[in-house]
Amino acid sequence: MAAAARFLLRSASSKGAVSNVSGGVHSCLGVSLVKLYPSGSSTSKSQRRNVSHFTFQPDPETTKYGPTQKMNLFQSVTSALDNTLATDPTAVIFGEDVAFGGVFRCTVGLRDKYGKDRVFNTPLCEQGIVGFGIGVAVAGATAIAEIQFADYIYPAFDQIVNEAAKYRYRSGNLFNCGNLTIRAPWGCVGHGSLYHSQSPEAFFAHCPGIKIAIPRGPVQAKGLLLSCIADQNPCIFFEPKILYRAAVDQVPTEPYTIPLSQAEILQEGSDVTLVAWGTQVHVMREVATMAQEKLGVSCELIDLQTILPWDTDTVCKFDSAQKAVK
Amino acid sequence: MAAVRGVGRLLRIGCYATRQTPVLTTPRFLQQRRFRVNGVQCQQPFDSTAEKPQFPGASAEFIDHLEFIKPNVISGIPVYRVMDRQGQIINPSEDPQLSKETVLNFYQKMTLLNTMDRILYESQRQGRISFYMTNYGEEGTHIGSAAALDPGDLVFGQYREAGVLMYRGFPLDLFMAQCYANADDLGKGRQMPVHYGSKDLNFVTISSPLATQIPQAAGAAYALKRENENRAVICYFGEGAASEGDAHAGFNFSATLECPLIFFCRNNGYAISTPTNEQYRGDGIAARGPGYGMMSIRVDGNDVFAVYNATKEARRRAVAENQPFLIEAMTYRIGHHSTSDDSSAYRSVDEVNYWDKQDHPISRLRHYMSARSWWGEEEERAWRKQSRKLVMEAFEKAEKRLKPKPDLLFSDVYQEMTPNLEKQKEAMWRHVHQYKEHYPVDLYDK
Ligand SMILES: Cc1ncc(C[n+]2csc(CCOP(=O)(O)OP(=O)(O)O)c2C)c(N)n1
Ligand SMILES: [Mg+2]
Repeated sequence: MAAAARFLLRSASSKGAVSNVSGGVHSCLGVSLVKLYPSGSSTSKSQRRNVSHFTFQPDPETTKYGPTQKMNLFQSVTSALDNTLATDPTAVIFGEDVAFGGVFRCTVGLRDKYGKDRVFNTPLCEQGIVGFGIGVAVAGATAIAEIQFADYIYPAFDQIVNEAAKYRYRSGNLFNCGNLTIRAPWGCVGHGSLYHSQSPEAFFAHCPGIKIAIPRGPVQAKGLLLSCIADQNPCIFFEPKILYRAAVDQVPTEPYTIPLSQAEILQEGSDVTLVAWGTQVHVMREVATMAQEKLGVSCELIDLQTILPWDTDTVCKFDSAQKAVK
Repeated sequence: MAAVRGVGRLLRIGCYATRQTPVLTTPRFLQQRRFRVNGVQCQQPFDSTAEKPQFPGASAEFIDHLEFIKPNVISGIPVYRVMDRQGQIINPSEDPQLSKETVLNFYQKMTLLNTMDRILYESQRQGRISFYMTNYGEEGTHIGSAAALDPGDLVFGQYREAGVLMYRGFPLDLFMAQCYANADDLGKGRQMPVHYGSKDLNFVTISSPLATQIPQAAGAAYALKRENENRAVICYFGEGAASEGDAHAGFNFSATLECPLIFFCRNNGYAISTPTNEQYRGDGIAARGPGYGMMSIRVDGNDVFAVYNATKEARRRAVAENQPFLIEAMTYRIGHHSTSDDSSAYRSVDEVNYWDKQDHPISRLRHYMSARSWWGEEEERAWRKQSRKLVMEAFEKAEKRLKPKPDLLFSDVYQEMTPNLEKQKEAMWRHVHQYKEHYPVDLYDK
């Protein structure tokens, strides 16, 4: 829905072919988009019909990391960013429209809490955002760059692939931008169409030097994002935007990390291995159940979590591979 | 669409009401908007009674006749210089009054760079190194700007700024090691010649993709500003690279985010074979500064004092005022673009000769020194001999050195060695041992 809100923003002034005008204009005014999300009552039946089907399955609550709070995915991202700004005085967060809280509300309140020099808008220019972030990181500070939609990451492709990924290598480890994390809302929601739905991780998956992580829910989002921020390599963190509100977990309020490059086996199985990440994990959960019920096939389900460098050991371990062959 | 207009009207009324009679029953969020939204300052208040444009994106006057703005309102941005072509100070108040020692150091660095260029260019011709790019004719831009900076200032270069690094004290041995990609190369032999870098000297390693360093310099300057230690960033680039989107990004980001940054454009007339009149239509690169809200100046790049003065002042103000400055140094690329280029295919020998013989930064400084009897034929002869010897010694040493150890192919991809890279490394060594007749491992560092 926020995707639509943003989308409307762009079309509202020129074309006027919009169905939810107040949404666009409200967001323009910097008023929270909270009311406008699909979980709210404003979503009509016809809109819901187009949303891809899956059932979010929350993770069991863990007390390993101290007290928890009910958070949806965007709130868990905010919590991770909040923890980072609180503990790392060099950390800065920037991108298009992040100052007022971001079009997906991931940075709400952070500017007021930490100051306008730490949470700020940039001009509308993705290659600039990533290039700027690399420079911040090269100078030794922590850079958290937001690309407003994963669909718009392509202007920054050169800065990511030719620059960020190769900084350490090409300088013989004299310089690096390991303190850079690029966040981007990712995947479809159901009404984003061609340019608010893309999952561009494959374009980056063959680029040594960067890491890519995609969470399946709020608990993973916070843990993986904090790992990306702490990791001394440039990371891309794609956030499934359909889960921003639809997914709610009990999330630890204190900082914690979930290791990168480690897949998680969500379900043991003996016939077939299913590998998924992000939203698709939830689809696969259902698939595994259906396969069992309708075909009598036992599926192992793996959440890859990190796309690069991915956990070959878990995915290709002897028995998994054997299952896959079957 | 009607709803859009409706809300728009509401918004205007709201703001008007806030200004005039705040007690009206305007929705609260609209009232607040004028002053603060989540801590963000908003545009200036609207005032429809004044006959002035109220658009948030511009502030100027209305006019009532149709008129396009001409690109060159003035007859070109003037070129600041301190010395004329004979090395005489034009306006004494602009003389930087540098000590004899400093000026001699300028001269020696400019000529040492020149000597290193000659030897490395030749060595490429002889097949000893793979590639080279000379700095002929641009020595003044390098030394003049480098001298005006603090050693702690961070440099983001393009590739034709070896003199900046030389001025900071990068030893000849390390220049040579990089060009030879030998075991002493700080970059571990991973890049083509002239891609130098030095952490100790705050010179960020050069990368081949053009203009990528420009937005990066803005980010680094922003981080340095937050550190509050009076450091600045300087970012060098060619007039060709200035056409890249990244240049626009860097200019706009540094201006809006108020970064202590000096953009230093070496306008040397060519981007490989492309002359400036096919590179841009406006008045060079300096003319773009005002469009970004940036302080700008054009200097004679062959006048090392003009470059020095402009950079010094830009540096001082960039740090004091937290804003970027744009310096366009007009110069001429006397050498071919690189050893892969033959410039006779696109420019005349006469043209090159003019700059080499009539308007060269080194001869201009030489004139200046001679006029003060600081430097004569004898000093020149002795220095030529000495500098050539220094370069040759470093050159021969570099040639004899082993190549970097092959394991370095796999390190630094990530900060840590990942399992798949570890596997690839093992596979490489198995392969190399199996076919050792094809791999002269003795030439490589162990
Ligand atoms: C993105 C990119 N495009 C093309 C090239 C190939 N290339 C290398 S240098 C050069 C010309 C650059 O000219 P200019 O910026 O004026 O610098 P100069 O060589 O004159 O110092 C070109 C086209 C490159 N390195 N990177
Ligand atoms: Mg040029």
